[in-house]
Amino acid sequence: MDIEATATAPAIVARPARRVYRHRLPVRVMHWINVVCLTVLLMSGLNIFNAHPALYWGRESTFATPWISFGARNTPNGPVGYTRIGNTEFDTTGVLGLSTSGEGSRPMARAFPTWATIPGPQWLAMARHWHLFFAWLFVINGVAYVLFTIFSRHLTRDLVPTRDELRNIGRSIVDHLKLKHPTGDAATRYNVLQSLTYLIVIFGLLPLVVVCGLAMSPRLDTVFTGWVELLGGRQSARTLHFLAAFGLLLFVVVHVAEVFIAGVWNEMRSMVTGWYTIPEERARQEVQP
Amino acid sequence: MTRTFTLMRARDRDRRRLLRGAAAAAGSALLAGCDRLSHNDSFARTLQSAEHLNRAIAKVVAPRPAMAQEFGPEQVAQTFRGNGTLSPRDADYVALRDAGFADYRLQVGGLVAKPLELTLAELRALPSRTQITRHDCVEGWSCIGKWKGVQLARILEMVEPKPEAKFVLFRCFDSMDGPSLDGRDSRYYESIDLDDAHHAQTILAYELNDKALPVTNGAPLRCRVERQLGYKQAKYIRSIELIDSFAAIRGGKGGYWEDEGYEWYGGI
Repeated sequence: MDIEATATAPAIVARPARRVYRHRLPVRVMHWINVVCLTVLLMSGLNIFNAHPALYWGRESTFATPWISFGARNTPNGPVGYTRIGNTEFDTTGVLGLSTSGEGSRPMARAFPTWATIPGPQWLAMARHWHLFFAWLFVINGVAYVLFTIFSRHLTRDLVPTRDELRNIGRSIVDHLKLKHPTGDAATRYNVLQSLTYLIVIFGLLPLVVVCGLAMSPRLDTVFTGWVELLGGRQSARTLHFLAAFGLLLFVVVHVAEVFIAGVWNEMRSMVTGWYTIPEERARQEVQP
Repeated sequence: MTRTFTLMRARDRDRRRLLRGAAAAAGSALLAGCDRLSHNDSFARTLQSAEHLNRAIAKVVAPRPAMAQEFGPEQVAQTFRGNGTLSPRDADYVALRDAGFADYRLQVGGLVAKPLELTLAELRALPSRTQITRHDCVEGWSCIGKWKGVQLARILEMVEPKPEAKFVLFRCFDSMDGPSLDGRDSRYYESIDLDDAHHAQTILAYELNDKALPVTNGAPLRCRVERQLGYKQAKYIRSIELIDSFAAIRGGKGGYWEDEGYEWYGGI
């Protein structure tokens, strides 16, 4: 843009629409690798889960008393699918416990339906191959990302909120509830709720899901005798692995919803090309003569 | 005004329907793609290559002698869950079982200097190891049990494996597809490497929870390889062979479930 043109701009419009470079190439690449990995890991994980659709707390399985289980049973009105949490049972026919693999197919007893699992059919051996291969990609990508955030100062500059931002967290919460999003310069920075969420996901949920996954390996359990006890035992680790995965799914749902609210094309472009457009700021600002 | 509003709403609805339709179509195309990939041999082989990495890393971070966790007697499960074959129907097994396994002979052979046959009484007379360990099934559940048996290392000492021996092969009594009518062999089999075979907790168990091993759990003799998943713990052991390769045995993958696509290395 021509500098002179800016200098003689009318005093009432402070800043025209402009483009800012928001995401660097490594972050963009690692973001999309992560999208693929998490999708495959979640869906192959659900196929693995279907092999024994019940969760326990402790070292071993108390088969009669899982804290959550999914199943199907015959009733006079036909088969029903259920989800049981503690002693309470919910009818989840069609999705959980009993589902079809498309129109016209017979209902099958399976915890998660075919559209939620990789592979679609119940196939534990293949689901494990998908899961354990993409787990490696996911961990390598994750470690590379964490190293990048530290050494590029992405972590301290962009992800860790400032003291001021933390003080104003109340306003950020209200803004989020009103679906009001930062504009202008503020839109070039992560807002405080966003940074805190990213920090919890990157340094909380993601390491937790990995550690709990490793805890389910009988060989890795022997690295330090008894370390799995720190997670409450192997079956607790399986429970935590599942809960952390659903925590991640919840994050993705909110994250994608926020992308739609904030402007899907602009946000997608910024994660693909790096460039984000800050719309024209219409607020009339007095310009000093 | 109302008309415009309705029109806009209709357009919104159409757009939403279109978006939803597109998302659903893209989703099912992706799923179909994944399912096709699962059936593609070279893709499946690529996925399975992670097994080598898993095994190599496991051997580095949890070295050869690392011990599986052992538990206290109060943590033993009331009933130890049986899985897979619960009662073999094979005639030779049924005959042995009905005679209380009095005629049972464990055959140990293959690439060894001194092949051996052992009765249950002879096995019981050897020094034993008792361990309370957790059994982890590939399906996801766990069960804690108290096992008593002979260390496999002790048996290997007796038969003196030849230098070219690399694996221990367990041949079992139970036909997974039921006793065969057409001669097709579907008897369970498993194999482990010599590192695991020599591990202190690798035993040939004849007792579970202070009682003779029940039929559901593999009577009269089963393997415990504590640092691997349940399908590696061969039940109803008929014979043990030292081998240098399992490529020519049945499906060539080293075990019944391995031939069905499961990892040979069951440590993950």
